[in-house]
Amino acid sequence: MKFIELKDVTKTYKNGITACADISLTIDKGEFAFIIGLTASGKSTLTKLLYREERPTKGTVNIGGVNVGKLRNRKVYKLRRKIGIVFQDYKLLPQLTVYENVAFALECLGMKTTEIRPKVLQALEMVGLKDKIRSFPKELSGGEQQRVCIARAIVNEPKLLICDEPTGNLDLKTSKEIMNVISTINKDMGTTVIMATHDKDIVNRMKKRVLVINNGMLVGDYKKGSYKASEIG
Amino acid sequence: MVCLLVIIRKEVIKQVKLVRIFFRSIRDAVKSIGRNFSLSMASIICVSITLVIVAISTILAANVRNVTKSVENEMNIIVYVKSDATEEDVNNVKLELENIKDIRKFSYTSKEEMKHELSEYDQSFKKVLDYLDENPLLDSFMVYVKDIKVLNETAKKIESIPNIDSVKYGEGLVDEIARAFDIIERISAGSVICLALVTIFLITNTIKLTIFSRKSEIEIMRLVGASNSTIRLPFIFEGLILGLIGSIIPVCLSIYGYIILYNTLNGYMFTETLKLLSPYNFIFVVALGLVAMGAIVGMLGSVHVVRKYLKI
Repeated sequence: MKFIELKDVTKTYKNGITACADISLTIDKGEFAFIIGLTASGKSTLTKLLYREERPTKGTVNIGGVNVGKLRNRKVYKLRRKIGIVFQDYKLLPQLTVYENVAFALECLGMKTTEIRPKVLQALEMVGLKDKIRSFPKELSGGEQQRVCIARAIVNEPKLLICDEPTGNLDLKTSKEIMNVISTINKDMGTTVIMATHDKDIVNRMKKRVLVINNGMLVGDYKKGSYKASEIG
Repeated sequence: MVCLLVIIRKEVIKQVKLVRIFFRSIRDAVKSIGRNFSLSMASIICVSITLVIVAISTILAANVRNVTKSVENEMNIIVYVKSDATEEDVNNVKLELENIKDIRKFSYTSKEEMKHELSEYDQSFKKVLDYLDENPLLDSFMVYVKDIKVLNETAKKIESIPNIDSVKYGEGLVDEIARAFDIIERISAGSVICLALVTIFLITNTIKLTIFSRKSEIEIMRLVGASNSTIRLPFIFEGLILGLIGSIIPVCLSIYGYIILYNTLNGYMFTETLKLLSPYNFIFVVALGLVAMGAIVGMLGSVHVVRKYLKI
């Protein structure tokens, strides 16, 4: 069942750089797909098009039946509430505690405090940070911060989880832990996961669908497990 | 019926959510002031200092205005009625005076009353007046105008009324005083307005700085799915609270300071003609103005800067 559909998507920035050129692809519900490519190949732009941080210059981006590119700025929050986003640089609110950071995503929805608490605790338990709920982000290690970011992304049980180089700043061991968490979310909650990365070890190990981007173009689309990385990164 | 109930239920839930977001925003605003303590303090101090200056200039300007007004109120036109005018003529003059719009009030003194007054005032007058068979004085009107600027004009109008002997007023002097007072009032009002503008600029800028430092915060909120109003509300409250706290010191200072000043000077400056405004009511109006200014400017400052990062 098609969940995400990109048709001839081109994104040209104001400075004339074309980050994505004529990309067409579909991703099914519950699928796990990697987007790989060298630095500056257009991976991040592609993910940004998905969560409508950027609008496509040409073509359409369709998520769950919504034409994302047509969304007006003040309506974008409706889309974001259905998507969980994990960033390379975590993007946690520095003056909020771990608990508050995760709870924030639910407070925006106007949910009751009594509803928020169990959900936040559950999400933090899933990423293994239940004992750090009162810490502030700066008191945590990189891996822990990334896990808070994941907890925040999944606390609202989104249909889609977008990860933009979530392991970019982490060592191998921590990366593995993070990948385990994301993979569990994909399996247990049925969340569609799209992950941009240039970490070939992860891609090789996970054996998932792989989309290869080079110079803004989709140069390869490998089905589950058929990709063997060697040429990238 | 069931459908209607469902709709009502949905509406109620929506309202409850809004109320919840509203109160959370206040809580978040207070929290964030505490957690960004040094910047919050900087904002509060900036608001305080500028509002103190505004308060002082407002008090000064209001007192200057008060003095000029009271001097102006004392300026009048004396109208003498011809000696051969009958009682009816005098009444006609009265009616005519009532019809002139610029006249604030007037009072009538007959020549008999005048004679009596003068006799009481000085014995020598009494002697002279008693010596004469006929009362040499004239019936007169004391006319006060609404605005000192129209004094000349009004005097000319009165002169044209029949049976008027003469009209006495400060003439050239009045004009000059009127002009001088006008300039003084304009300067003081202008400086208050300028100061208020500078204050608004300063306060909005400090609050902007406070919030600017949290640009990334706004971006993150957007990414997590907060609607624009949910993002904006806590910042608006934050601006409001900073403005309110900042106005505490100026308010106390102006209220107590002015009352103490008023009491030590016994209500006037240098001479008794330069009366100070009575502190009651006046200073509380000023204080209220300061609070409102702090709050509104604080709020506007944050609205403005948040809008910048919201991509509306």
